[in-house]
Order: sequence, then structure tokens, then C-alpha cells
Amino acid sequence: MATIRELSRRPMRLVPGHRACAGCIPILTFHHILRSVPEDVGVVAGCATGCMEVVTTIYPYTAWNIPFIHNAFENVAATVSGVEAAYRALKRSGKIPADRRIKFIAFGGDGGTYDIGLQSLSGALERGHNMLYICYDNEAYMNTGIQRSGATPAWADTKTAPVGKVSPGKSQYPKPLTEIVAAHGIPYAAQAIVSNWKDLNRKVEKALSIDGPTFINVLAPCPPGWRYKEEMGIEIARLAVETCFWPLYEVENGVYRVNYKPKEKLPLVEFIKHQGRFRHLLREENKPLLEAAQKWLDERWERLLRMEEATKPAA
Amino acid sequence: MGKVMALTGNEAVAEAMRQINPDVVAAYPITPQTELMHKFAEYHADGLVNTELVLVESEHSALSAVVGASAAGARAMTATSANGLALMWEIVYITASLRLPVVMAVVNRALSGPINIHCDHSDAMGCRDSGWLQLYSENSQEAYDNTIMAVRIAEHPDVLLPVMVTLDGFILSHTMERIDVLEDHEVRDFVGEYKPRRALLDVEHPFTVGPLDLTDYYFEHKRQQMEGMAHAEAVVEAVSREFGERFGRHYDTVEEYQLEDAEVAIVAMGSTAGTSKEVVDELRQAGEKVGLLKIRMFRPFPYDRIRNALRGKKAVAVLDRAVAFGSYGGPVYTDVRATFYGVSDAPVLVNYIYGLGGRDITPAHIRTAFDQLKSIARTGRVETLVGFLGLRD
Repeated sequence: MATIRELSRRPMRLVPGHRACAGCIPILTFHHILRSVPEDVGVVAGCATGCMEVVTTIYPYTAWNIPFIHNAFENVAATVSGVEAAYRALKRSGKIPADRRIKFIAFGGDGGTYDIGLQSLSGALERGHNMLYICYDNEAYMNTGIQRSGATPAWADTKTAPVGKVSPGKSQYPKPLTEIVAAHGIPYAAQAIVSNWKDLNRKVEKALSIDGPTFINVLAPCPPGWRYKEEMGIEIARLAVETCFWPLYEVENGVYRVNYKPKEKLPLVEFIKHQGRFRHLLREENKPLLEAAQKWLDERWERLLRMEEATKPAA
Repeated sequence: MGKVMALTGNEAVAEAMRQINPDVVAAYPITPQTELMHKFAEYHADGLVNTELVLVESEHSALSAVVGASAAGARAMTATSANGLALMWEIVYITASLRLPVVMAVVNRALSGPINIHCDHSDAMGCRDSGWLQLYSENSQEAYDNTIMAVRIAEHPDVLLPVMVTLDGFILSHTMERIDVLEDHEVRDFVGEYKPRRALLDVEHPFTVGPLDLTDYYFEHKRQQMEGMAHAEAVVEAVSREFGERFGRHYDTVEEYQLEDAEVAIVAMGSTAGTSKEVVDELRQAGEKVGLLKIRMFRPFPYDRIRNALRGKKAVAVLDRAVAFGSYGGPVYTDVRATFYGVSDAPVLVNYIYGLGGRDITPAHIRTAFDQLKSIARTGRVETLVGFLGLRD
């Protein structure tokens, strides 16, 4: 695995000059993922419509120093399927050199992945394309102005499920997307976050070393959407891991491995207390909601540990 | 040269696709396109094509994958019908806007609802303004030939736009016909090798496809797209001419059939053009001055050709196998009418909507239309501007 010094010396595949917000964790995540690709490997990237596509490609400028395609919102998996199919076809017919190594990375936000792009993703996984799909999950439709998605956590305040006089925000828990993806039986699915950069780096390298479809779901805090101070992003990311709100784990050929188990699991309130979208949960009358969310989270974490135990390979 | 085969329309297009041997085909099943893909899948399973066949989970993904493949530098094709085309709709526009020379067979079928699997042109008419060229096929021979020519037209540097080759669902797609099939090498030589100017897989020369294009450039890009469409007419003419010279089957953007001295005429697209030719022959034998204008290329619409072919006629009936709800008549009619704005010797133009949802159009219907035209020519009186053929009261 590359050291941070080595990573920092790799050529920039996504260059400065983009228009991401101050403190944007998704763009940092993209940088880190692209830096995790070995230098001698070519990359073609695709991105669903969303913040990262918008801030990196405003014509006539582009921040992409590698071949890049954006097609529409719900179809990055299908689009990159086509790029990868072209690679196979043109390599077979000798139109591109046999020794040219190219990896394909599809990026989609949570809206483009959990919701509108789920079918396209599922189809691509089933067909077995050689592609790494990265979901950068900032837990709402941030590009269109903070609307609730299938990834938005319960009780978060969004523009379409706002906190009001009779509503405490989104009343559903998010989809377990990483498990939905893993249930396709693909060789590798994982959860990661950029605050644990070594873990993310290893997972990207691992995914790209595998022949077949691979998937990494990366939680990516969003300052305007989550409403925290710009400099807090990495700290909030750490707290997502320490509270087990965002467990770091991987599913390799059906075997679950939890990559990080906090010695002392912090209560969920530690993660939410810095975020404006959850401010109402700190009020006394909403204590039962916070308790319900904690209970849900504890059950998810316990379930994950049981999955690890249940899929442990025989020694 | 070539061989004669008994093929359905679907099989004829599949045969053309086998000979073109595209790098990538992505498709999803829908009646009546299914047999086209069955046949192509058989060719793929028997190793007769080098194509990467991507069997996706929806038409939206089919065209999305084709966009990815084409941008990557591959020659890419797909085929669909009706609701499948409607599901692709968003990407239909994107394909054209990205200037990707994709070829798609559209086996025409009525667009729901209510659901109906039979032929009309409502599916393709739904994307007449999307930036794709549209070539309508009178018979399966033409569908076969159009598929081969479409590759050259789409990839022409002056055009670089996707091409839709349509054939009437069931009427052509499922009807066995005598087809003159070219030799494989003739087709491959005619379409040539696809050499894209830029390709995503050329990682040494990275470029960005599909950026966000705002108020400062979008308009100019649309203008460029219009230019590509404007150039397409001459390219379709040139490619059709070359095809005729090489293979002896001659096509043009429109076909004038017994039109020169005709006093009244019908305008038709697709298989109904064939039915109309029978009736024209019959009436000509009876000494009547009738003719047909077949529109093969509906997009771009060959305004000048159509105006020149029809000006001076006494009365012309435009047949539309689709409704444009709330419009002045069917989509072909409104375009034909527009060509005659301000023209002094314009014919009286009437419209017949026919054949929706696969309703048969018979020679008797065409004769009825001619009877009406003759009456208009004689009396100068138009009773119904937009009427129907084959509709029960």
C-alpha cells in the first residue's frame, strides 16, 4: 500500500480549479480515490449528474485530467458499462493495444445511487462489468438544494421533509445500500470514509485489483447540507465512524469483515450535535426520537457483527 | 454479388447488423423488436460477430450503455420499439447532443396507452425533434439497406448525429420477404472502419464528455447541432447515391413515383408507400393522373425536395400514421404544409390519419383518398381538411 507521501506525489487526475464548496468532503474523497489508483493504470471516470459532476465540468472548463463522461442522473452504471464493453470489444479486435490497462470508475451521489440509479447499478452488477462503482453518500439531494433521499437518516431536516410544527423531519431510516449491493453476490463491496484515508486507499486498491464489479459506499459530509462549520468535516466523519453511524466494513466474496471496531462506541449524539440538520433532536421533547435512532443504530451494528461472525471462513 | 434470402424485416436488420459487425450492441426486449435481437443474439452466440453484447435491464440503460460505448470510441447500435423508445427519451436527446453517431432500429409500434403492440408511428414521431435523423423503410429490403447506409451517414464528419432506421412493426418486422443480401465483405467495405476523432479509451488524450453547459455556450452548441442536421441532407443523398452505384439499389431522401405529370398525389411513409404504389399503378392503368411522394428521410425534413415535387399539383393528401394531439393535423402534414407557406402554386393539402394501433390500411382506403383528391381537383371544394382512413364512425 502506498504511503501518504507516495500518494501525494502521484499525478493529479482531478485538478484544482473546480467549484466545490469550501470544506466539501465529497471532492476531497474523489481526490483521494483517484490518488489511490496506481500511476501506471489508466482511468476512465464517469459521474452521475450531481454536485461533483457540476462543480468539475462547467464548460468550457474541466477539472478532469483523465477521460471523463457524464450522461445523465440515473445511468452512470449503464453508461460506464458501455465504456467498459467498448474496451473489451476494441481490445479483442486489436483496435486498442493489448497491453493498455484501463480501469473504469463510476461515481454517483446517494440520490443517483440509492434512488434513481439503483436499477442501472443493479443491472451493471448482475452483468459483471469490470468497474468500480463509488457512491459518495452525502445523505440527501444536495445538488438540487437538500431534498431527502433514500439515504437520508431518520429525523434529518431537509427541504422536502422539513422539521415543522407537526413533523420532526424525515420519518424513515435509510436503505442499507451496501448490503443491497453485496446481496448481488459481487466479489467486493465496502463502506469507507475519507477521514480513515488508509482504509479508503486500501479498499480502492483492493477493488481495482479485482476482476469484476466492485462497489464502495463512501460517506461524504456536506457543509451546507448537514449545516456544520466548514472546518469540521473530517472531525464529523471521524465521529460517524466512532459512533458506528458509518461502520467501516467490507464484504469480499460473501465474507463480511468489520475493519474498525471502536474500543468505546460513542453515543450517536456525539455525531449529530455538530450538525444543524439534527439540531431539533437535542430538544427535550425530541428525546424519544434520538433514543429510537440510537436503538436502530445499535441494532444495525449488532447485526453487522453477527454477519461478520456468520460468514467467517472456517479456520 | 450477394444472395437472395427469405427474411422478415427483423431478420433483415439483424442480418445487416451481423454484417456491420458493430463493436457494441446493447438492447432490451420489447415487442415487436424482440426477434431482431433474438437473431442478433444467435449470431453472437455462434461467434459470427465480434460484438460485445450488453443485455441490459431496461431501454434507458440500453441507450445509456450505447452512449458510453460510442463515446469510448466504439461503433455502437441498439434497437427498440414504442414504450422502449419512450423510456430512452431522455438519452435520445443526450445521444444527439453529444454528437454520437449511433444507429438504432426502431420497429414502429403504437405508444401506450392503452397498451397496443401493433404498428403506428407515434413512437418515432415522439422524438422527431430530438436531433436524430430518421429514415423510414417502405419494405424490409429498404430496412436492410437503410441500416447499412445509416452507419455511413451517422459517422460522416459533417453530420455526427445518430440515425434512427424505422420499419413498421409486424407489417414489415414479422413478414417474410425476398431480400437481396449483400456479401459480408461488400457491407464491411461500404461502412468502413469507424475512426472517431476523439475517444474516451484514448487515455493519452483525455477529454470531458457531457459537461455542464450553461447560458454562455449552450445556445451556440445547439446551433452547431442544427448545422450538423442541415448538412445531413446532402450526406444522405451522397451515401444513397454511392450505395446505388455500388449495389444497384437506388434511394433518395424522397421518392417520386409517377409524380411528374400527376394532378393529384399522396404523401406516405413506411410500408404504406408500398401499398400506395399498387393503387397508383392500378389507377394509372385506368388513365388517371395520380402519383405518390414517398418520404424516406423524415428528419431532416427535405423541404425543398418536397416543395419541388408537389408544387403545381391540384390536390395532395398527406397520410399520417400518428396523431399530433392538439396540432393542425398529423406531424407529416404540418411539415408538408409548412413547406408551402407563401408558395404561389401550392396544391390543396389535406390530411388523413390512418392505421393507429395497427389498424389495416388497404388499397381500398388509398383509393378513397384518391377519390377525395379527384373531387377536390374537380370542384375546388375541400370538405374535410383532416380526415381519417379506416376509422369506424
